[in-house]
Amino acid sequence: MMASSYNAKEEDGHHSGASNNGGAGVVKSKKPDNTAFKQQRLPAWQPILTAGTVLPAFFVIGLIFIPIGIGLYVTSNNIKEYEIDYTGADINDACYNCAKNFSWNSTTPCLCSVPFTLEQPFESNVFMYYGLSNFYQNHRRYVKSRDDSQLNGDRSALKNPSKECEPYRTSEGKPIAPCGAIANSLFNDTLELYHIDSNGTRNAIPLVKKGIAWWTDKHVKFRNPGGNSNLTVAFQDTSKPVNWRKPVFDLDPSDPENNGFINEDFIVWMRTAALPTFRKLYRIIQKKPSTTPTLPSGKYVLEITYNYPVRSFDGRKRMILSTISWMGGKNPFLGIAYITVGSICFFLGVVLLIIHHKYDTRNNSADIPS
Amino acid sequence: MARDTEDRAAGTHKAERRQRGRSKKKPKETRTVRVHTGHEHNPNRHYANNRIKTTKYTVLSFLPKNLFEQFHRFANVYFVFIALLNFVPVVNAFQPELALAPVVFILSVTAIKDLWEDYRRHRSDTEINHMDCLVYTERRYVERFWKEVQVGDFIRLRCNEILPADVLLLSSSDPDRLCHLETATLDGETNLKQRQVVRSFFDLDCEFDPLKFNGIIECEKPNNDLNRFRGYILHRSGSRDALYKDNLLLRGCTVRNTEEAVGIVIYAGHETKAMLNNNGPRYKRSKLERQMNVHVFWCVVILLLMCLFAAIGHGLWVFQYGDKRPVFDVLSPEGAELSPVVAAVYLFLTLIIVFQVLIPISLFVSIEIVKVCQVFFIHQDQDLYDEDSDSRLQCRALNITEDLGQTQYVFSDKTGTLTENKMVFRRCTVAGVEYSHDANARRLALYQEVDSEEEEVPPPGGSLRRDSSSSQQSSRVVLRSLSTKTHRRTGSRADAKRASILSKHTAFSSPMEKDVTPDPQLLDKVNECGGQMDFMRFHGQPVSQLPSDLADIMDFFMALTVCNTVVVSSPNQPRQKVRMRLESKSPVKTIEDFIKRFTPSRLTSGSSSSSSSSLATSRSSNRGCSGLLSSPSAESTLAKLQEEQAALGSAPPRYDGTPRSPEDGELRYEAESPDEAALVYAARAYKCSLVGRLPDQVTVELPHLGKLSFELLHTLGFDSTRKRMSVVVRHPLTDQITVYTKGADSVIMDLIKPPDTETSKGRRQKKLVLRTQNYLNLYAADGLRTLCIAKKVLSKEQYACWLQRHLEAETAIQGREELLFDSALRLETNLQLLGATGIEDRLQDGVPETIASLRQAGLQIWVLTGDKQETAVNVAYACKLLDPEEEILTLNADSHEACALLLEESLHYIQTKFLCSSSDQAAKAFLPNFAPFEVYPPSSSSPHSAAFTVHRLGLVIDGRTLAYALDQSLEDRFLAVARSCRSVLCCRSTPLQKSTVVKLVRNKLKVMTLAIGDGANDVSMIQVADVGVGISGQEGMQAVMASDFALPRFRYLQKLLLVHGHWSYSRLANMILFFFYKNAMFVALVFWYQFYCGFSGSAMIDQWYLIFFNLMFSAFPQLVTGTLDKDVSAETLQQLPQLYMSGQNSEEYKPYMFWMNMIDAFYQSLVCFFIPYFAYADSDVDVFTWGTPITTLALLTILVHLGIETRTWTWMNCLSISFSVSLFFTVSLCYNASCPSCFSPSNPYWSMQRLLQDPLFYLLCVLTPVAALLPRYFYRACQGTLFPSPVQVGRQLDKLPSETRRNILNLGGVEAGSAVRPVPHFLSLGTPSPEGPDENHQRTEELEFLPLVSWNVFIHIPQPLLCISEMEFRVCVF
Repeated sequence: MMASSYNAKEEDGHHSGASNNGGAGVVKSKKPDNTAFKQQRLPAWQPILTAGTVLPAFFVIGLIFIPIGIGLYVTSNNIKEYEIDYTGADINDACYNCAKNFSWNSTTPCLCSVPFTLEQPFESNVFMYYGLSNFYQNHRRYVKSRDDSQLNGDRSALKNPSKECEPYRTSEGKPIAPCGAIANSLFNDTLELYHIDSNGTRNAIPLVKKGIAWWTDKHVKFRNPGGNSNLTVAFQDTSKPVNWRKPVFDLDPSDPENNGFINEDFIVWMRTAALPTFRKLYRIIQKKPSTTPTLPSGKYVLEITYNYPVRSFDGRKRMILSTISWMGGKNPFLGIAYITVGSICFFLGVVLLIIHHKYDTRNNSADIPS
Repeated sequence: MARDTEDRAAGTHKAERRQRGRSKKKPKETRTVRVHTGHEHNPNRHYANNRIKTTKYTVLSFLPKNLFEQFHRFANVYFVFIALLNFVPVVNAFQPELALAPVVFILSVTAIKDLWEDYRRHRSDTEINHMDCLVYTERRYVERFWKEVQVGDFIRLRCNEILPADVLLLSSSDPDRLCHLETATLDGETNLKQRQVVRSFFDLDCEFDPLKFNGIIECEKPNNDLNRFRGYILHRSGSRDALYKDNLLLRGCTVRNTEEAVGIVIYAGHETKAMLNNNGPRYKRSKLERQMNVHVFWCVVILLLMCLFAAIGHGLWVFQYGDKRPVFDVLSPEGAELSPVVAAVYLFLTLIIVFQVLIPISLFVSIEIVKVCQVFFIHQDQDLYDEDSDSRLQCRALNITEDLGQTQYVFSDKTGTLTENKMVFRRCTVAGVEYSHDANARRLALYQEVDSEEEEVPPPGGSLRRDSSSSQQSSRVVLRSLSTKTHRRTGSRADAKRASILSKHTAFSSPMEKDVTPDPQLLDKVNECGGQMDFMRFHGQPVSQLPSDLADIMDFFMALTVCNTVVVSSPNQPRQKVRMRLESKSPVKTIEDFIKRFTPSRLTSGSSSSSSSSLATSRSSNRGCSGLLSSPSAESTLAKLQEEQAALGSAPPRYDGTPRSPEDGELRYEAESPDEAALVYAARAYKCSLVGRLPDQVTVELPHLGKLSFELLHTLGFDSTRKRMSVVVRHPLTDQITVYTKGADSVIMDLIKPPDTETSKGRRQKKLVLRTQNYLNLYAADGLRTLCIAKKVLSKEQYACWLQRHLEAETAIQGREELLFDSALRLETNLQLLGATGIEDRLQDGVPETIASLRQAGLQIWVLTGDKQETAVNVAYACKLLDPEEEILTLNADSHEACALLLEESLHYIQTKFLCSSSDQAAKAFLPNFAPFEVYPPSSSSPHSAAFTVHRLGLVIDGRTLAYALDQSLEDRFLAVARSCRSVLCCRSTPLQKSTVVKLVRNKLKVMTLAIGDGANDVSMIQVADVGVGISGQEGMQAVMASDFALPRFRYLQKLLLVHGHWSYSRLANMILFFFYKNAMFVALVFWYQFYCGFSGSAMIDQWYLIFFNLMFSAFPQLVTGTLDKDVSAETLQQLPQLYMSGQNSEEYKPYMFWMNMIDAFYQSLVCFFIPYFAYADSDVDVFTWGTPITTLALLTILVHLGIETRTWTWMNCLSISFSVSLFFTVSLCYNASCPSCFSPSNPYWSMQRLLQDPLFYLLCVLTPVAALLPRYFYRACQGTLFPSPVQVGRQLDKLPSETRRNILNLGGVEAGSAVRPVPHFLSLGTPSPEGPDENHQRTEELEFLPLVSWNVFIHIPQPLLCISEMEFRVCVF
């Protein structure tokens, strides 16, 4: 196909003839231009990969990576994390009864409480997560099952949600708001944390629910139709998702700014997790202004309103308390990975050094002419 | 012939009338052209007009037609299918519109390219359509555009004008009613062709008036045969005039030497023969691409396996939940629950869409782009530019550049390819006496000298030559005073070049060929002979009384001058064209004509018949020469002759010894073949100059005798079966009908009249033949082309008898060719040998060096030539194809059996000689100096498939034997012999044999072949070979037109193959491998993810990235690398031709490399997937916030990988890589900030922005590429040290300072030259069947053996140069 572009001239017999006819004067030389580019003589660096030339790179990488790895590892180890599995899969678990009897159709909430002890105090802000395992939020059809326009406050999308939401698009003839499977399966356990004093009194720990979602999500991506005033009217003629107990405008009775589509728990849920085992930020325990740790060591109780069934997919539910550092939550992997890769590089560097000394001498000497 | 045509024409006419009577709907077999003079509307308007349109599309048809064409490519259909699959809701993976994007992109890129090409064609069409010509309308000639010309129009043509259409010549300003044409644009031949005015308009003396033309022209339907045109003009009077191809002027040709001509348009526009002959370029598929397609197929298999695996996984995943439906397992849109099996099937289809990237959609487009760039660079190479001819290499096929790097066998033509095809008269023997022309030899030597010195210091004006040879100087003086010395004396090639620019329309006439220095001895004899004849003529003695040796000399030169088809012209001054016309009559066409011409009465009858009269007519000049000379009274003849000459205004009479007028030097000989011209120039040096040629008459100027006109009765043209040509003339001096024959010595010698040994004359004759034969052998041994000259005198009765049968043959309807052939055979018997000539065809510059270096590069070079064996062998020695030290097997057999026997013997000989004496010994014998030479004894590993090394043996085979050897039963044996020889030379081979040999080698040995040639006889060979190379030399353009690459000179083949071929191959091979790697690596990321998303076909990579990754983010750097990367410098590649073998053995792209790349791709993708996986494990990261870093990591890894594989870093590489990275970030930042509620389902609003604030992201960006590329980098380093490939060693050489390198290469070059030849494995003798299990056997063994093609370069560096005394670059592949 491309050939013809170059052959167009030769193909067509008249061309040369035409030029003969027209310009008998100057014979234009066909000599190609003598430029570095056209003659393929651009100045170039030509690395040759041999043991000798590559060797420094390996040592340098090794020497840089190992310290970074150690630093990362130490940082990660300084992060405190506490995790409770409250699924209630085992008969001895506090929530066993709840888990056993509960399904999406249950109307009465089931309550259970899990006591736990923190061995070490948690300094600075503590992040409270709920974690789910075996929950495939990344399932292809699940991920798609939402209508971003609706969540963005688009009125027409509110009345007529996207087809992607099927089969959670309409219910009883009315459009579902928010539609789709993700919204429908909103995590609805309520977790409360109590510190038990040495004298046995339970002190509720204040859990902040603001700021758990991305700022852009809360303020740009998710919007209520018609602003935040009078959500009841705005969500008129819509139906709540099948699995929900409360309509969307009533998610957080305590804070009108946290209702409708801009409810932060909802927003967090809507950001579908990448992997089947995931955690999602639930609450933040603010650092106290005093010097006392945010969560001093001692006994605690986790009060759970058990609403969310996971038995159907052998899921687990967890509550995680964690501090964070500049590199996020506790994860020793990166440090270890850096140390490992660095060590391997160093080791390979040594191997190359040996190879270089054994086999590469000829070339080396060839490099030293005079 | 005329009768026949007329008969046929009449027949068709009758048929047509009948047809018209019945129905008009029947397709007509002829075309009827009526006159159109501009008044009424054109009666021929239903024929195509002269507007040409070579564009493929119109505005409306572009889209459908282009799409239709593009969907012929399977890949496009596949991708469209996948994109359409996306529109099915249950399986869709991406937004359907988005999924269409890459396909649309690819299709539109191709479409835009097609559109652009079409636009270019359109523009050139417009340009051509708007050229001007004179068309007759409204009683005058008006300037019109070409496109307005219609069939039936009268057109006036002026000198140097290009013909706008196929025109029937009706009138010419030329007194001979001829029109000269240059047909170079059609067939590349630079000699002028004569075209004749239609017969009935012949005698029109006044200007042709279109209005008076009242005939109807019936002719053939348009066809593409340039050499055929039949038809007739039906005059209103009812008489008919036959039309021949000689009456037709073809579109595209240029009118030369003719002031003005008028014709009627017969075919216009697309129906012209030139346009019908336009075929587009052809497409070949390169070896690399064939190999690649296999791997594309494997990619499909891998894709299907991955999809199948994931589909089963999904089925099981769904199955494990049973009836408990988890909340995340969303029902299908209809609300129905999917059974595991159905879910798996749907998923399979979904995944095909998701994984489609594995089949590299952009690969095909990228390859095309890279190839176009490669072609561009090859075009631009200054080293491939020839100053002399101002031509550079042309790539005509764009898609096989990399085949240049993989060629294994080179088949070369000899004449014009290895040699210059500048025929230079060297020696001759006349009547058994040899004239060695020493001065001429010295002169030729000087050209070479001047040539070589010219490069350094151009000598001022040929002074060098004058100083160097005094004897030559003297002879030159003689020459100048005598006749033909022209203004060009400094005969260097640059001069020749200048001269050829000046006389652009003259073929084959560099000063080297023109200036023949005559042998003084022979010159004396010629002078003497001329003087005697002059004397005899004055004294009324019959010329036949001349001493026979002198007569022979005279006849010899007469034959040289007359027996050819050379046309004389002086293109700069068409008006002063030398005309010595006798009268307007063509060669004898009928018996009546013959009788009329040869009855003596005619001479006395004066001006009765039209054919013999017209002494008085203005345009006949010294006519009557032959007629008068044949009359009894010679004196009166002479008187009249002189009278006429005096009367001649334009051509003043010349007398012996008078220097010629300057314009005489301008006489140009235009010949169809260069040796014809050489002979005419040689004759001119002896003052036998050809001064004019007309269809029926040849005018010769002789010493002492002045101008003589030979009446040309017949010309029996040269053909390759007869290998000779003859002319029948009436000798003006003796009035005898004489046949002059010129041809190959082998045929002429057989046709010589067996001498009657009884008479002394017969004995003399026999001696003459023997001596001539002797000299012929000598000439051949000198590498000269030999021709024999013979004559024969016919009595009138004999001639009449022959003529009768010849005319019968000419008019025969069936089997005319055979009959004419027989007729020629009847004439060309019992010849009398006059002498022989030796013409030198000089080797082109640098041919021996090129052959030597190509051979070092592991190329087998076969020379296939039509020349005779001795000549070919000598040229082969001269160009170092054959080595005097090596043995030569010569196969000459007369029969099939003999041939079989010979082959058997040769095989046996080779085996006993070379194999039994242990290959070690043999090898060592060749390399006595190289002690550390490593031999891989092939016999030890596989005794049966006795490896046929390429021995120092030459094979010479002649055409006849070749014909037997190419027989099916013998071809295997022939190949076995030929393959074990170092060089093969096939002489006397026909074009068909050439192509058969190439085909045989290509198909049987499964090797890459390259054919190079320059003439029409090489066309079939060029077309058959994998790569066809044409030399744009002197023998026209056919070879170039058929070729894939056209070179100005043979020696450029070296750089083309060794450098550009190697680069193209290595670049493309690496790019293709990289493509496969890149796509596999990227797709595997998504595949690993399936294990963590329930095999649901989900992708963590945003679909935009997934789709545009290949097209935008990672495409550019690899294109740059694929275009610019140089593994070894051009200098080193040329100095170490052995490096070329890496391409021959496909070392850059072997099947295992594909799989290694795939494995590496999977490893790298594992790293790129699992490092982020563990880094983000059990965190609150969401799908696409996690996928974006993975994409980034993959991009970085891929780019660094490319960096490792890039051998040459220029600013372009750095720029392209940084461009890619910044493009990715820019695009993703913009994309992620553009719309908060769009791009479902990923909805990546602000992801990238957040990611860039996350230190973890940067940590990953550093760690992952390092971890992913560690193995490859380490492997490359080890390989570079432990077992470097030859190419890598070449690169190390590149690194050395230039001085050291030059020393090494000079030393190494010498030794490497004599190093081991490659040792291709050879299939066993008895069972060379390429199919079945043998093939596998053979294949595996080839794999074993080819790598053993080891080359060792031992480089010894002089002590002071290097710290160590001896440096050794030892290279063993594997």
